Amino acid sequence: MKILLKGGRVVDPSRNFSKVADVLIENGKIKKIAADINEKARTFKVGGLVVCPGLIDIHVHLREPGREDEETIATGTRAAAKGGFTTVCAMPNTNPAVDSVSGVKYILMTAAESGIVRVLPYGAITKGRRGEELTEIGKMKKAGIVGISDDGTSVMNARVMRRAMEYSKMFDIPVVSHCEDLNLSAGGVMNEGRTSTILGLRGIPPQAEEVMVARDIALAELTGARLHLAHITTKRSVALVREAKKRKIKVTAEATPHHLFFTDKFVEEYNTNAKVNPPLRSEEDRVALMEGLRDGTIDCVASDHAPHLDTEKNKEFDFAPFGVIGLETALPVVITALVKKKKLSLMDVISKMSTRPAEIIGGHDLGKLVIGGVADITVIDLNKKKKITSDFFVSKSANSPFIGKNLSGFAVLTIFGGKVVFRDL
Amino acid sequence: MRFERKDLLGLENLTADEINLILETAVSMKELFTRSVKKVPTLRGKTVVILFYEPSTRTRVSFELAAKRLSADTVNISSSSSSVAKGESIIDTVKTIEALGADFIVIRHPSSGAPHLISNRISSSIINAGDGMHEHPTQALLDLFSIKEKKGRIAGLKVGIVGDISHSRVARSNIWGLKKLGAEVFLIGPPTLIPRDAETLGVKVYYRLEKIIKKLDVINILRIQRERQKDQLLPSMEEYNSIFGVSLSRLEKARNDLVIMHPGPMNRGIEVTSPVADSKNAIINEQVKNGVAVRMAVLYLLAGGKNENIA
Repeated sequence: MKILLKGGRVVDPSRNFSKVADVLIENGKIKKIAADINEKARTFKVGGLVVCPGLIDIHVHLREPGREDEETIATGTRAAAKGGFTTVCAMPNTNPAVDSVSGVKYILMTAAESGIVRVLPYGAITKGRRGEELTEIGKMKKAGIVGISDDGTSVMNARVMRRAMEYSKMFDIPVVSHCEDLNLSAGGVMNEGRTSTILGLRGIPPQAEEVMVARDIALAELTGARLHLAHITTKRSVALVREAKKRKIKVTAEATPHHLFFTDKFVEEYNTNAKVNPPLRSEEDRVALMEGLRDGTIDCVASDHAPHLDTEKNKEFDFAPFGVIGLETALPVVITALVKKKKLSLMDVISKMSTRPAEIIGGHDLGKLVIGGVADITVIDLNKKKKITSDFFVSKSANSPFIGKNLSGFAVLTIFGGKVVFRDL
Repeated sequence: MRFERKDLLGLENLTADEINLILETAVSMKELFTRSVKKVPTLRGKTVVILFYEPSTRTRVSFELAAKRLSADTVNISSSSSSVAKGESIIDTVKTIEALGADFIVIRHPSSGAPHLISNRISSSIINAGDGMHEHPTQALLDLFSIKEKKGRIAGLKVGIVGDISHSRVARSNIWGLKKLGAEVFLIGPPTLIPRDAETLGVKVYYRLEKIIKKLDVINILRIQRERQKDQLLPSMEEYNSIFGVSLSRLEKARNDLVIMHPGPMNRGIEVTSPVADSKNAIINEQVKNGVAVRMAVLYLLAGGKNENIA
């Protein structure tokens, strides 16, 4: 089985490569990248389009096991493929939490049976994500986890976090921290500021995130572990990461498309699709995130895809769950908000949505286009425009803040392991 | 002038003209109270459903009397907030009420924004009778009415609001209403009970009543709730009283014609002492009476009435 992509602009940030060329795929591997390949193969004319390594989202919630009504590995990976992602990293805050070998195996087996792109699981840092006892990190690593995280909550006990970081060092995996001081954020439903004051909603101050970012950077310095900060949202968090990197502390960070696109003003009228954790912040914070991405302080964009049903979201703001879906809109949001507005180059975007995330999770031949490497390839039409509607989504849930928005720059062909898993051209 | 709105959700989005229209209409409504027959047929055949998800006596009774004096039919529904949290959908509840023929739904809810959630899903007029910590527009309207009645104007007055601003929907609605009509607003209370960003709303914040009391024309004293102690916002009710409790001695430097208000129910001995609450400067009972007139005006105007032809 051969696939030939003809005439696209091939972009590979891993070697700063950007040229019009053909790409030949054979038996699931990249066989050849060259000008004018003539070969009998299933051929796609991709002139004017971008051909890049398959996108990687290192922060998604696939909800299986436990909330298959919201999303499954089958539907979540279809949403991923449509969004141009060939690899997604599943957070372990399922029900039950993925905190043991059996949980890891369940995810991998289900993904092999029903998934259409690669699913790499995280394991929980602590048993039941309760923040008390470490999980069997070594056994889970052997079973296939790419990192550990208690995402959805912080490990509040600094001593437990220290031990997790220290211990994980021998496996060379990142400790992915959701930074939120739960005492400071308690009861809060949106960013603390003028808008929360006007709406009479309880606020979560930026400091609830920043004190944990500072703590975890200090622990990374103490332990020498690899720290990855999930969804940072504030100007001060960006500054803390920038300073830590200058001091050669092993820290990486991600930002979400929704924090790059919206501010807390979007909560006005009590829009529950603007209810996310961490919350949408101020314009000053949003600008700082864009600058952090630009100067490399923030390594990658991750969607924090968090499906919830209409029946859960159509509620009083206080009672609606936190979270929005993002797999199908991440790429067009980043292109619309950053590339079209000249904040980030196309090369940067592909780096931050494929090459860098691969490095963070230690995915050796992922995130780049190498001869003989796995054929995970995404083709992007930078000029394709769509108005997002609630029936746009293949995810089981449609809790998207981008409904009603005009976006441009969509994946039109997603190839996973040499197989076409999504096509819109 | 007509009131061109389906709902009354808050004062934030009303214009000064709209607020004045309600206050003027309320004057005509209050005149009815002096008649021997206090009832007019204006809303005959209309149905007002009073849907309260929080316990309340005065606001609920005030709305019910307002509706009855306009000859509307009234139905009271009380639902505990716990049943809401258990999964009973408020949207389904109000759609049922709409299907039963409600022209108005007067809603009180512990969650900010609940009236907004239902307002664009049903055609009945929604009147916000207090949502969470957001707004309580009819309370602010009756406060404005009471101030205007006593002082003859709102513009240029200096109005202090004392107490738990953070958790107060009364404070928020008062701030919008007073600002729109040209008053100067001062918030007075401990920093733990005043939002950090309060001054961005165009008010001034004081942590001591003594520093501003001399200048005030009106003081509106908010109820302080015991839960604030549990949330570590206050060390004790007694300490609150020792710093912010409005007593005669604390009013020593106040103007002689200071107007003293309280939205009720009062905690005598905590936020206000009895000699202050019962003084000739206090208009607390008049506020209650005005509440009925203001709520009549709101129902009447939302029903499409014009100010000039009240029966």
